[in-house]
Amino acid sequence: MTFQTALFYFFAAILVFAALRVVTARNPVHAVLWLVLAFFTAAAHWLMLRAEFLAIVLVLVYVGAVMVLFLFVVMMLDINFDNLRKEFRSYIPVGATVGALVLVEMALTLLGGRLGIPAGAGASPAGAGSNTKALGRLVYTAYVYPFEIAAVILLVAIVAAIALTHRRRRETKHQNPGEQARVRPRDRLRLLDIPSEKRGH
Amino acid sequence: MDWASAPTLSHYLVLGAILFAISIVGIFLNRRNVIILLMAIELMLLAVNMNFIAFSSFMDDMAGQVFVFFILTVAAAESAIGLAILVLLFRNVGSIDVEDMGRLKG
Repeated sequence: MTFQTALFYFFAAILVFAALRVVTARNPVHAVLWLVLAFFTAAAHWLMLRAEFLAIVLVLVYVGAVMVLFLFVVMMLDINFDNLRKEFRSYIPVGATVGALVLVEMALTLLGGRLGIPAGAGASPAGAGSNTKALGRLVYTAYVYPFEIAAVILLVAIVAAIALTHRRRRETKHQNPGEQARVRPRDRLRLLDIPSEKRGH
Repeated sequence: MDWASAPTLSHYLVLGAILFAISIVGIFLNRRNVIILLMAIELMLLAVNMNFIAFSSFMDDMAGQVFVFFILTVAAAESAIGLAILVLLFRNVGSIDVEDMGRLKG
């Protein structure tokens, strides 16, 4: 067994264990942290597959942004999570059956040796230059329209997330700049012509 | 396949299949808690991405990695909107139990 194989099994064991803990953890905060561990080990696997850029993107974007968003939401909501787990055990038979079925089907497909892909095809390094350079060259040439659509999708997601969760509080005081700019002197200042009282008697 | 040899494509595909099966089991086990459901979907996408990258690496084709790039983008947008909907749901209904979401049933 080579060093690379040992590394593969090491990271695979951590990944599978972390994934199991994500779906069985009692506390959702722990589930999020186990998911973070799963993403880290997946990034290690991707590094071993020479996909360096995507491995770093997985850590930066997923662990750094999406998982932190999950943590925010889990901690913000005041929920009794034990209520949601009341019938947890009663779902185990169905879940285990479906999971085993899916796993057996995939294993039959994969281990049947009908894929027709030579075993050692990955022995040669993927092209010359760095992985990031190769990916960037593809994204900005052949896939430039999908790339721009992806940017639009992110923009729509930003607008949607803000529009959905934003609410106008009635008790907060805020100013209306348009109204302030439109104001004229006679709206604010009123000159009264009051006849002065005559002195003397 | 030879289990002790250097990691082949089959090793990574089996790992992806195991991850996918675990997340399906997770969806069945936690079918009342929307947050864990979203996390199981993230795990499922990770399994799919693992397969894409394994194929890309072993067949020497960068297109798989470009596809993973787009999957990551769309998945980030999906989880942001999903969590926004979740917060809105909690604000209006007061729980995140899937059982309490039957309002549109009529």
